[in-house]
Amino acid sequence: MYYWDKETECMDRARLRTLQSERLANTVKHAYTNVPAYKRKLDEAGLSPNDIKGLDDLEKIPFTVKNDFRDNYPFGMFAVPMDQIVRIHASSGTTGKSTVVGYTRADVDTWAELMARTLGAGGTTKGDIVHNAYGYGLFTGGLGAHYGAEKIGASVIPMSGGNTKRQLQIMQDFGSTVLCCTPSYALLLGESAAEAGMDLRKSALRVAFLGAEPWTESMRREIEELLGIDALDIYGLSEVIGPGVSYECMDKHGLHINEDHFIAEIINPDTGEVLPPGSIGELVFTSLTKEALPLLRYRTRDITFIDDSQCPCGRSSVRMHRVMGRSDDMLIIRGVNVFPSQIESVLIDIEGTEPHYLIVVDREHGKMDEMEVWVEVSPDLVSDEVRALESLERRIARELHSVLGITVKVKLVEPKTIARSEGKSKRVIDRRDLNQ
Amino acid sequence: MKVSQISVFIENKSGRLADVTRTLADNSINIRALSIADTIDYGLLRMIVNDPVAAKSALSKAGFTVALTEVLAIEVPDRPGGLAGIIDILARSGINIEYMYAFVGTSGENAIVVFRIEKTDEAITILQTKDVRILTGDELHSL
Repeated sequence: MYYWDKETECMDRARLRTLQSERLANTVKHAYTNVPAYKRKLDEAGLSPNDIKGLDDLEKIPFTVKNDFRDNYPFGMFAVPMDQIVRIHASSGTTGKSTVVGYTRADVDTWAELMARTLGAGGTTKGDIVHNAYGYGLFTGGLGAHYGAEKIGASVIPMSGGNTKRQLQIMQDFGSTVLCCTPSYALLLGESAAEAGMDLRKSALRVAFLGAEPWTESMRREIEELLGIDALDIYGLSEVIGPGVSYECMDKHGLHINEDHFIAEIINPDTGEVLPPGSIGELVFTSLTKEALPLLRYRTRDITFIDDSQCPCGRSSVRMHRVMGRSDDMLIIRGVNVFPSQIESVLIDIEGTEPHYLIVVDREHGKMDEMEVWVEVSPDLVSDEVRALESLERRIARELHSVLGITVKVKLVEPKTIARSEGKSKRVIDRRDLNQ
Repeated sequence: MKVSQISVFIENKSGRLADVTRTLADNSINIRALSIADTIDYGLLRMIVNDPVAAKSALSKAGFTVALTEVLAIEVPDRPGGLAGIIDILARSGINIEYMYAFVGTSGENAIVVFRIEKTDEAITILQTKDVRILTGDELHSL
């Protein structure tokens, strides 16, 4: 078994609880004093920061949701002045506005430390060459993995995504030993290598840290087989910190949550009731050490369960099962979060289309996720010229790309062909097999 | 001078074209000429029918998206170079043709070709000065 910081990762649980309680009380005070939105929430619940003395008081705190970020866009959730913010990242929001997150210098250090634990759990050391194919940019994946690998002292190749041929060339020439990317990209790299007559099993590659999208045990087996490596699941979301929230050890049975920095709860998504370990429900996080963006009981909308049994690796932290689904309609396409409401807001602004659409997501074997948006054409739009329709398709695809940040195939369909259901219509057909 | 053409948006699904022709048949509408422009996902069926207004209403009622467009039905001499002569006139005048297709049936010794032209009115004036015959809707339907 490998560790980055064995003492902390295997900390006695009683000591961990005391640490969590202290840190929770401080975080609530920090949030209450410096973020008007949190002050309002706690005031409305009739709570003063002094009421939160420790873990036993956690349940009293009101939930925070993604829309709180929208309502306080862009920096309203920050608890420190901008001169202390050294980094800004952003992810998709439910409507036109992104979810914006900020980091102080200490937050960036914490994040690097947590990613060092993540990579360290798969045996990454300063002798490794880390091939980082997570996207660099507003997305937290690229820089998150990068800083963690640098913290360890490994040699980082900041590949970012895309250009698979070049990725394989560099992987071979530089002798990459560690791979960081989405699971579907790992599979694509494997398939592309095979097509090019290159056997990754014979390469120096040893372990991969895969996350940012849902995957399955059968995909893990396939990736491990094809690349001749250990494939470990990693988890995070930018609101909490980015990747580094939880990580698998070589035992590969659930993801260890970094509990000295985050408290995890599982709730019933309909009632908000807290559920005991082992129950499936929505994952909720409270941050314990973050300065720029303290997070109180943030509803992730990810569905999973928590296993509090002792892991053979010796780490004392509880483990979350790989994410099993969502309690909202968010889709993750090639690592990018997509809400159907974003697509709707684009279509509403384009004359000639009906607000009836269908999202079809597919992951062909060994390929990346593909998203098709089927749009009904309105009678006033249909022209006698194909090029007018083609230019409409291109325009919709262009606007979707600018809002979502991913390429989408647009398909025009006849009016009334997309099923209307009572109430909430069925907007998404997800053909990916995400549950083994 | 202009003739109404019906355009129907048809998804590439089996049976869709049959649905269109069946709807027209049930409403006693006669198709005089047609062409299909197709892409991977859908096609545009363009037709000249004996009663465009009734055809549009019947097809819309059956759930199709239908558009009416003005086109020109031009008499083309039925001999080598007949069509070339007409197109030369348009080309020399800098008038672009969007698309064209032939008509079922003839007028006397001549063939009829349907033209969709971007500057329709200008084209009519020019073609008439060159003694090209452009058919009216009524003339077409009585052929």
